[in-house]
Amino acid sequence: MTGLLSRASPQTLRILALALALLATILFFATQIEGYLSPRMFTRISTSAAVVLPIAVGQAIVIMTRNIDLSAGSILGVVAYMTGQLLGAMPDLHPVLAVLSCMALGGAFGALNGIIIAFGRVPAIIVTLGTLALYRSFLVEWSDAKTITTASLPQWLVDLPSANAFSILGLDIRVTVLLALAACLVTGLALTFLRPARRFYAVGSNPDAAVMAGINARRVVLTAFIISGAFAGLSGFLFLAKFGNITVVAGMGFELKSIAAVVVGGVSIMGGSGSMIGVLIGALLVDTIDNSLTRWAVVSEFWRDALLGGLIMAAVTLDTLANRQLARLRKGRAE
Amino acid sequence: MTRFLTPWETGLLAVFLCTLALNASFAPEFLTVQNQINLFQLSIEKIIVSLVMTLVILNAEIDLSVASIMGLSAALFGYLVNAGTPGGLAILICLAAGLAAGLLNAALIARVGIPSLVVTLAMLIGFRGLARVLVKDNSLGNFPRWFTDLGQKGLIGPIPLSILLFFALLLLLGMVLHRSSFGRQVIVIGTNAEVARFSGLNVARVKTVLFLLSALISALCGLLYAARLGSVRGDTAFGFELDIITMVLLGGVSIFGGKGSMTGVFLSILIILNLRNGMGLMNITGHMQTGVIGILLIASVLLPNLLADFRARRRKDA
Repeated sequence: MTGLLSRASPQTLRILALALALLATILFFATQIEGYLSPRMFTRISTSAAVVLPIAVGQAIVIMTRNIDLSAGSILGVVAYMTGQLLGAMPDLHPVLAVLSCMALGGAFGALNGIIIAFGRVPAIIVTLGTLALYRSFLVEWSDAKTITTASLPQWLVDLPSANAFSILGLDIRVTVLLALAACLVTGLALTFLRPARRFYAVGSNPDAAVMAGINARRVVLTAFIISGAFAGLSGFLFLAKFGNITVVAGMGFELKSIAAVVVGGVSIMGGSGSMIGVLIGALLVDTIDNSLTRWAVVSEFWRDALLGGLIMAAVTLDTLANRQLARLRKGRAE
Repeated sequence: MTRFLTPWETGLLAVFLCTLALNASFAPEFLTVQNQINLFQLSIEKIIVSLVMTLVILNAEIDLSVASIMGLSAALFGYLVNAGTPGGLAILICLAAGLAAGLLNAALIARVGIPSLVVTLAMLIGFRGLARVLVKDNSLGNFPRWFTDLGQKGLIGPIPLSILLFFALLLLLGMVLHRSSFGRQVIVIGTNAEVARFSGLNVARVKTVLFLLSALISALCGLLYAARLGSVRGDTAFGFELDIITMVLLGGVSIFGGKGSMTGVFLSILIILNLRNGMGLMNITGHMQTGVIGILLIASVLLPNLLADFRARRRKDA
């Protein structure tokens, strides 16, 4: 057993452990909640996870470069609100253009973060803690205490969350879910096969070495934050589609949820490693727990945040200890 | 021969005098003792925690969980008192809970070796969650009279307990930081933990003490906040970490540890108090004020960097 453990790559082991944890969570709630393993519950969890997935994908890329984006939730809120306004004023805007404008707007906010971080040499935690507050207060000023309502949105957007892409085994895959999965898949493929995308890993695992190797580390970090902003914008679009009614608190706390999904998904907070399949399972796990707790009679839903915090801590602690153990095993074998 | 004030601190002093003059010109009654007490009272819990945060950041760590521990301790107090626990006992339990929270942080950071950023971010969510579990959607009040009096009324003359505590802690932690061997250890570890370890310093112990202290003071400030407001909710003290960290960094403490002083942090506290007051006078809403604090936070690190770049370029040209 230890032979097998030391031979498989830590990344593979991590994904395996995650998949098992997700399976165990689903089985556990199936014994606790009546009618849990139903197509309806699948739709509920998959559409909810679809909102988190893009923002988590962007967050993962930032964390891979050894940075963090605490402003992602505020970007999501601003984009959801402004797009709601835009579509209210221009209901004939093509859906594809609407999605692209969301990503462009989010990307612009991300670029501001990235410029200050990469070229002003201010740590990401400071900049994004500042812009977390700044973007949110911008939204409060901009909104003038008005709310976006479903009634003001074009019909296609209102219908979007219940639109079905296709069904397999009686389970409905919604269009929004497909969109989020596509974002995750494209990013995953790019990170695996595209040469420029490998630079995120290079800068994250050793910034000095990356610079020595001729990589423009500043530009890579800036790109990571633009991507993070753009994906937060995509999540903003899905948030707008799912809820329809947008207030100034929209997306509050999503930065923490996205970090939770990323860290639980096995992306190292020290940068340089992580995979999109991990982020996908991480987002699913966090959202499954979130959605199931609200239906579980034994524990009140007020436990959600407490358990979320505990889950992140447990994932990080286990990962740290397991990696240390693995390194020890390998060293032992080499001698 | 060390200089009395560093260039950054001199700059802070100038900015402070400007905000003070601005406030005084807006409202002549600004400089009265009562108004100054009110000024401190409005943010007193944050500024007390920022004193401990100074030590934590000088040590090249960060504690993002302070506001959640404040909220947890306040919520726990509300819960206990409304369940019939005597006030004094409830205070002790809340402080013990704060210590327990700090112990958890310290164990994961100093023993397991997980970055404090990650640990305290998870605890920011977790402890806030526990506070919500305790008070749910309610607002809990019915505190003993002596408890709310401690938070609202003057203890010595017009000066309330919390302000006395702030100045006592300012002097104490200033002495510890700049005059004691523990303070030297904090700074040396913050400058280079690796070198400190090889020099025989017990790095884990120093970090443990700091995170215990940070959590204990946060729990205490949560109680002070509850006493001042007279009731607690699940979101009591939500988001305070932003203001607290801003105060420390604006004070010239380096986010990478090792550089900074208590004098600088005290000056930056005075600036932020006056700025908030001034913005209030100009009818700028609380949300916009938070935005301004956010800009201030970024600027306090960005400006010195740009200045250094500028100087380096000029030296190259010369």
